[in-house]
Amino acid sequence: MTPSVTPGTDPAVREHGDIPVLTTTVDKMVQWARRSSIWPVTFGLACCAIEMMSMSASRYDIARFGAEVFRGSPRQSDLMIVAGRLSRKMAPALRRIYDQMPEPKWVISMGACASVGGVFDNYALVQGVDQVVPVDVFVPGCPPRPESLIYGIVQLQKKIAEQRT
Amino acid sequence: MDAPTLTARLTAIVPQASLEPCSDTDQPTIRVSPADVVAVLYALRDTPELGFTFLADLTAVDWWPREPRYEMVYHLASVEPPRRLRLKVPVPGADPTVPSITQIWPAADWLEREVWDLFGIVFDGHADLRRLLMPDEWDGHPLRKDYPVQVNVPVRVSEPLQVSEEQFRANIVRDRKVRQGT
Repeated sequence: MTPSVTPGTDPAVREHGDIPVLTTTVDKMVQWARRSSIWPVTFGLACCAIEMMSMSASRYDIARFGAEVFRGSPRQSDLMIVAGRLSRKMAPALRRIYDQMPEPKWVISMGACASVGGVFDNYALVQGVDQVVPVDVFVPGCPPRPESLIYGIVQLQKKIAEQRT
Repeated sequence: MDAPTLTARLTAIVPQASLEPCSDTDQPTIRVSPADVVAVLYALRDTPELGFTFLADLTAVDWWPREPRYEMVYHLASVEPPRRLRLKVPVPGADPTVPSITQIWPAADWLEREVWDLFGIVFDGHADLRRLLMPDEWDGHPLRKDYPVQVNVPVRVSEPLQVSEEQFRANIVRDRKVRQGT
């Protein structure tokens, strides 16, 4: 089998007998593993969830970026996409699901309502989910198109790549 | 059957009630005083020729700052003959209390809880007048016209567990006994 990296051209690849060896750090290895298989929790709150489902379906196919395995249980997930407006009564439930996710975990706030309350500037809705859970990426839009959410996930992958493990 | 005809029939059955047909565009509408509403609804439900056996909806309107401030609205339906009727009950703003109609239609239970939750109208005789839509500890009644809609109170992010610690431990002991077959 021909190695994909030509020996001698990349300083990280060293000849070790006949086998090319790729050297790296544990941090980079772990970051690569984490960002390459982000499992989102199945958690849709409103119309943004429709775009989120569309993103995972065949036309946009988030599997290309390794984030397609939507899990029904928060205990198997490491990404929460808050897709839609969060009512005050729902806030404790959202927080409980977030608390049940194992570390490391990340949150994407999808759309205007989740990020700042959107058009619903009233008593019933939380004006930004960052009051409830720590948010890593805010995706603007009403609702954001699937491309926007994919861009948000790619931004999150870049963020994970720079996080110390 | 239009509103004046219905009013005449009802007056014959419930003579003490003060009834007044309202102008309407869609369905017959009668204005009833709060004291008479239970007797009138019983008559509408139990008189075979009227036959309004179905409570379609129960809601309220806030006419602030007009007085009487609130208006209870009862939507009734008759299956045979097919027709509809609307009752309007003026409720004073100082003491918004109307008799509960859960004794007539048990279906009014949650409808009255919703109206109490959002308008603060008290239903005299309701067995379980708790909030339905808003959180239990919520302050105020949001659909009132003088409610500050954009109020921003701190977000509650946790709620107590559904069982107490003692119950939780008792359940574990019970399950263990079941597994051990003792």
